[in-house]
Amino acid sequence: MTILRPIFYLALLALIIAAPFLAPDFKTQLATLWLFIILSMTWDMTGGQMGYNSLGNILFYGAGMYVAAVVGISIAYNVGEYTNAFGGGTYKFTTTEYFLGMGLGLVAAGLFCSAIAWIMGYLLFQFRGPYFAIGTLGAAIAAGELVSNWEWVGGGQGIALPVYPGDFDTGKFFFYYLFAGIGVILFIFLRWLYNTRFAAAINAIRDDEEKAEAMGLHTLRYKQVTWAISAFFVGIVGGISGYQLIHFEPLETAFQTINLGIFMVVCVLLGGKGTLWGPIIGAILFHVVKEVTWNYLLGWQWVALGALIVITVVYFQDGLMGWLARLKPEWFGERVITKPGPVAEPAE
Amino acid sequence: MKIIEVHDVSKSYGGVKANTDITIDVEKGGITGLIGPNGSGKTTLFNSIVGYHPIDKGSIKFEGNEISKMKVQDIARLGLLRTFQQTRIYGDMNCVENMLISLPHRKMTLREAFTTNTREDHERAEHLLDFVGLHEKRFLRSGSLSFGQQKLLEFAMALMNEPTVLLLDEPTAGINPTLINGLIDRLKRANSEFGITLFIIEHNMRVIMNMADRIYCLAHGELLAAGTPDQIQGDQRVVDAYLGEH
Repeated sequence: MTILRPIFYLALLALIIAAPFLAPDFKTQLATLWLFIILSMTWDMTGGQMGYNSLGNILFYGAGMYVAAVVGISIAYNVGEYTNAFGGGTYKFTTTEYFLGMGLGLVAAGLFCSAIAWIMGYLLFQFRGPYFAIGTLGAAIAAGELVSNWEWVGGGQGIALPVYPGDFDTGKFFFYYLFAGIGVILFIFLRWLYNTRFAAAINAIRDDEEKAEAMGLHTLRYKQVTWAISAFFVGIVGGISGYQLIHFEPLETAFQTINLGIFMVVCVLLGGKGTLWGPIIGAILFHVVKEVTWNYLLGWQWVALGALIVITVVYFQDGLMGWLARLKPEWFGERVITKPGPVAEPAE
Repeated sequence: MKIIEVHDVSKSYGGVKANTDITIDVEKGGITGLIGPNGSGKTTLFNSIVGYHPIDKGSIKFEGNEISKMKVQDIARLGLLRTFQQTRIYGDMNCVENMLISLPHRKMTLREAFTTNTREDHERAEHLLDFVGLHEKRFLRSGSLSFGQQKLLEFAMALMNEPTVLLLDEPTAGINPTLINGLIDRLKRANSEFGITLFIIEHNMRVIMNMADRIYCLAHGELLAAGTPDQIQGDQRVVDAYLGEH
């Protein structure tokens, strides 16, 4: 197993790099798949690992999209004038301006979303269970409405960003690798994080928060940090999505609570909450089912998607990984040791 | 030296007076017992000390500082820890994971929380699991253990947290009688070897008379008697309270 693991990861990395060449017609689809994977993994940090089911993580996606766009525009033009012209006028971005603006925008988006997650966490982590879920959903909807009435950022019409300065196909490669890069970094980060004491603490909060409090854990601080990290990545991919879409508007694209906001939750439920691979597997499965039904069952796609959700919730409540864990507990390290064995190695 | 000073504490739930003017001291480094018939207000007093609810009047001091207005986590972070009458463990995790979560987070900075557990942490976890006799079952889901074993695990978790004072709510309830002697021995060793002050609610008279240096007896929410185990055993009021004469 120990020899197979690096081989497996190397093969996976090769596949990730080669994917847009192997399926050149599906570059944008694959980029979207990465978006789903990243959103699912970040959602699982609070929903799966910490037991706080947020229905409002889409807020960070939307906020990230707007912050990245505004910062990106502001390095070359006055934002108010730019958005009011709405794609008209002569607003040209040089290649340097485009990439510099995007780069700064993405960093700003991540940091901004972390900050609002920290503040929102202070207010919303007072609530538990369904109250937290509804509270976050309310915050996301309110944010969308607020932004759609804010003329400086284009109001209900949204923002039109400059197009990728290069040929159309290269742009598709660029966005695929940008999403994939963030996804790989996030995976490596989470793989490390889930072995730390911090992860054990947030798992304790999920399993019995009162006990965790009685043991003296800094529960509120840990919850805020978790959500802030999660929001950091969501903000960045929100920003990337904005540049990839070129034009976005507040309610249907940026703060799309009923589509992407719910999809990420479904992906995690499908794959298995509270596991490293569950959200990834769930996102792949969900995306494939979604695209297949959109292509072959047009008109019935929402029904098919609904059926998938119902089947998951009724028959696979712990998702695919949870189902596996119950089928094969020994794969997940459960065992009785009768002889006083050697002291266990610290988890890698 | 007194480590916990409860002075004149009252607590009522609606019209029910759960505690009336209770004054109790817990000596540092000792084992103090709290007995009394069912419903006499023992757990209410524990909950008042660890901050689960505000008290109506009186003062509670820990190491000389007033804690009666503090929140549960803040009191726990001072090193005053409690176990629950209805055992609380993290049922979906195995015993070792339960132990590692119980590392004293109050002594940890946020940066230290973002590190993996050291070899010493693992060794200490295994050592303490061995101490309570759960070494063989350490990689089993803790929720699958028997109630008595879960109680032992909760005790081991409390020790892992390196508390100054440990409040135990009926540590032997639900434990197989043949294991009770072993548990008494372990509680005593936790006190003598690890230097943890113990404050114990117990119904099993044999257990508490065997361990405690000083015993307080509650009845109907009031302090009925206090003294050494011998004094308590010889106190007619205590005997009456248990037999329903009070």
